Amino acid sequence: MQNIRLTINSIPVEIEAGKTILDAAKKAGISIPTLCHHPDLCVAGNCRVCVVEQLGARTLQASCAVPVSEGMEISTNSAKVQRARRDILELLLSEHRSDCVNCYKNNQCELQELAAKYVFSSSELIPLPALQHYSIDASSSSIIKDDSKCIRCQRCVRTCSQLQHISALAVANKGSEQKISAFMDKPMANVVCTNCGQCVNRCPTGALTERNYITEVMHALHDKNKHVVVQTAPAVRIALGEGLGFAPGERVTGKMVAALKQLGFDAVLDTDFTADLTIMEEGTELLTRLKKVLVDGDTQSALPMTTSCSPGWIKFIEHKFPEFLPNVSTCKSPQQMFGALAKTYYAQKRKLDPANIVSVSVMPCTAKKYEADRPEMRDSGFKDVDYVLTTRELARMIKMAGIDFSALADLSYDSIMGTSTGAAVIFGATGGVMEAALRTAYEIITGREVPFENLNIQPARGMEGVREAAVKIEGCEDNWKFLEGAVLKVAIAHGLTNAYKVMQAVKEGRADYHFIEVMACPGGCLGGGGQPMPTSAEIRQKRAEAIYAEDAGMPLRKSHQNPEILAIYDEFLEKPLGHQSHKLLHTVYVERDWN
Amino acid sequence: METLTNNSTLRKTDLIFGREHDTLSLLKEALQREKDEIINELIESGLRGRGGAGFPTGLKWKFAKSAPGNEKYIVCNADEGEPGTFKDRIILEKAADKVFAGMALGGYVTGARHGIIYLRGEYSWMRNSLLLKIDDMNTAFKQLGLDFILEIRMGSGAYVCGEETALIESMEGKRGEPRNKPPFPVAKGFNNKPTIVNNVETLVYALLISHLGAAAFAAFGTEQSAGTKLFSVSGDTPQAGVYELELGMKLSDFVAEFGDGDTKAVQVGGASGFCVPRRKFDQTIIGFEGIPTGGSMMLFNSHRSMYHVLHNYLEFFVEESCGQCSPCRVGCQQLLLGIEAIKARKKPASYLKELIRIADTMRLASKCGLGQSVGNAFDSIVEEFKEEIIY
Repeated sequence: MQNIRLTINSIPVEIEAGKTILDAAKKAGISIPTLCHHPDLCVAGNCRVCVVEQLGARTLQASCAVPVSEGMEISTNSAKVQRARRDILELLLSEHRSDCVNCYKNNQCELQELAAKYVFSSSELIPLPALQHYSIDASSSSIIKDDSKCIRCQRCVRTCSQLQHISALAVANKGSEQKISAFMDKPMANVVCTNCGQCVNRCPTGALTERNYITEVMHALHDKNKHVVVQTAPAVRIALGEGLGFAPGERVTGKMVAALKQLGFDAVLDTDFTADLTIMEEGTELLTRLKKVLVDGDTQSALPMTTSCSPGWIKFIEHKFPEFLPNVSTCKSPQQMFGALAKTYYAQKRKLDPANIVSVSVMPCTAKKYEADRPEMRDSGFKDVDYVLTTRELARMIKMAGIDFSALADLSYDSIMGTSTGAAVIFGATGGVMEAALRTAYEIITGREVPFENLNIQPARGMEGVREAAVKIEGCEDNWKFLEGAVLKVAIAHGLTNAYKVMQAVKEGRADYHFIEVMACPGGCLGGGGQPMPTSAEIRQKRAEAIYAEDAGMPLRKSHQNPEILAIYDEFLEKPLGHQSHKLLHTVYVERDWN
Repeated sequence: METLTNNSTLRKTDLIFGREHDTLSLLKEALQREKDEIINELIESGLRGRGGAGFPTGLKWKFAKSAPGNEKYIVCNADEGEPGTFKDRIILEKAADKVFAGMALGGYVTGARHGIIYLRGEYSWMRNSLLLKIDDMNTAFKQLGLDFILEIRMGSGAYVCGEETALIESMEGKRGEPRNKPPFPVAKGFNNKPTIVNNVETLVYALLISHLGAAAFAAFGTEQSAGTKLFSVSGDTPQAGVYELELGMKLSDFVAEFGDGDTKAVQVGGASGFCVPRRKFDQTIIGFEGIPTGGSMMLFNSHRSMYHVLHNYLEFFVEESCGQCSPCRVGCQQLLLGIEAIKARKKPASYLKELIRIADTMRLASKCGLGQSVGNAFDSIVEEFKEEIIY
């Protein structure tokens, strides 16, 4: 493509045609403040904070929205620009309830950051009257919506429609009444929301935040009568550092375990253990379905089978494709398998009264909060997972406790339910469940390792929104001869817009997959709605590299080799899809409306 | 043409309503001509958009003609929402056939085969009668061998949808919110295809110019403001109504004709236009060299409070801003709250300076013409009638 030459603050810049003034400024090393702009989202150009002066133009230009043109002379700091930028920020502050010290997003708010930089003295403007009678929507298990903090940048709206194909959040009304509204102004709990939290991840202010359980968990930790166990999801260990001063992609597994122990958890355990267990159950379920369909001619068993680890995906399919609910693996997510086992198997082994166990999880996810609250998730006889914390909440708790995180010596997870394999840790990246399942299933069927170098199934990896792979099965063991020569077709989708595309293809008969992995969030759990902010493709790429490095460094890399998994089947569960498994590890889904 | 007094610059004309044309024969005649010839005729005539923004019509058609692709649209902007303007309504009542023929001519010239009338929501009462006329027109186009079809899309009452890109969004079934520009509609408009958006009145003049010739049109008006224009006259006047006048007149001559003898100010161009006080009537030219207008002329006599006038405009903008861009959404509210606070002595008179600064930021930084022009009325009323605003 042809290059465009322009100057920014008299500095010559050359950049490809089609790029924006903002891109060119970045290239020239000049920073322009932005609010509505987000690298994952389409251009909005509505906050106007990024305006710049173009020589000869009557008005200022929104640098995020205006493409470069030959010979443009741009000034990012002229008197006009400085005054307008400040005025716009003051206007935004006048419609924002600037209750900063009491705000959950205090010190993590992009508006606050810009105000500190550009407004620095008090504004004369009158706070808008609407701020005097606001209400907060706390109906959702996962997301708190406070319109009085909203600056209408519409990042959430674009996220929900563009990345997630939902539009639970949309712009309503006009003029002074304009607002971001859940569908038909209903409470967040009553609309088609998957609780994925991608909106929370991109909200520049405190308008959208996770429902936090910091106080409840602290309370449990201080209760001497309670045995508080914590499980940490695969994607937490590679992102927690970002909330504590580390660069994206730094693995902090050992420090995280040490910090959790310092916080006072009685046992620091690993969701990776139940990720391995998921592979055993889900892998067996897939093979069973294949056998039933291919050999027994059973028409009841649905293919393709889809994964069930992502609660955002589950809620999506319940709303959008309820006719495909029989296709969803009945396996609970690793979090909920863990919860059910914590108050049964773990309680028995440790001789604890399950009534006194408080089960906490740390998740990269906001939808996990909703999942833990589902009425189905009480198979232990109790609420299987009592409190779900996001990665962000854990970072905050570590800071609150005054722990010098970077100085912590690495510690290992406790046992039991603390041992895992590399196959489990890659659950945190898109394609990871698929790769882990194939490592185990292929070996069950053929008795040999998957035919990929170092067990790294490269076609399953990467950040393409939809990926497909085909594995030819040859040299089957006796029990699996019916699969000899078969080509197992799989698909991987991350982000619900991509999930929609794949399911629509299945629905229309354009795809003949056997197994589909879906993660609701871009990049999989590593890009989850509970992860440290900000998020971008670059950051998610670094986290993915960290996940695969963690896998490569594990002594065991196949779920079926996990000794604690072998032990739990031996001592408690008997066999995959057995009676106990069925009771504790599998679930049912609910058909929901799409409006 | 009727000259009122020997030295008045106000001249009433009757190009649009006065002459009995056989519209279809005008169109038929135009279709015999080369496309570029018609474009050049329009450029030479000096016709500029009659909706208010004043973009040269011939150039717009030229850009649309040269835009690549064979799917193009011509849209008649009949979302007449500027306070104080009602001339498009009269055109659509009395001379809709000329509007439709103007669209067909635009379609012929630019290659658009699809014409859409975007009709103001409040004008839904005329939809059925327009549809009947459109049926006849579509049949006539076929008979003329013109591959062109007309339809109507209804607006839903938002003022901002008169802004051409918001109008396009609305036609696409989305919220009526202005787009980022560039790209402009002539490059990427309706369904991302090249689209010409012309005001109702502009389309009629385009058709008439193809018949009368550029010189005949340019004989009216001034060098910068060629031709004639419809004005919607309202307020404190004994002669409210729609008048076709030659552009370039002095406001004092306009007031002499339409005022009630006690005119203290004229709001030229509606709520988004400028307020001219009595002492400036004589030095104000109505046209692109002075104050351009989409035709709204509101007269106020000495019984009117200019605070209330401004308050009314600001209430209008507070409600009619689409709300997407922050300078406009919040700025309008701040201007209204600000004058109320000054009136109530909750803010000092000096706060007006802050408000004028905010209005200027809105002018510089808003996304579309709505937010950019709120400051026109605000500044002119505040500066000319400061006492009325403060006390």
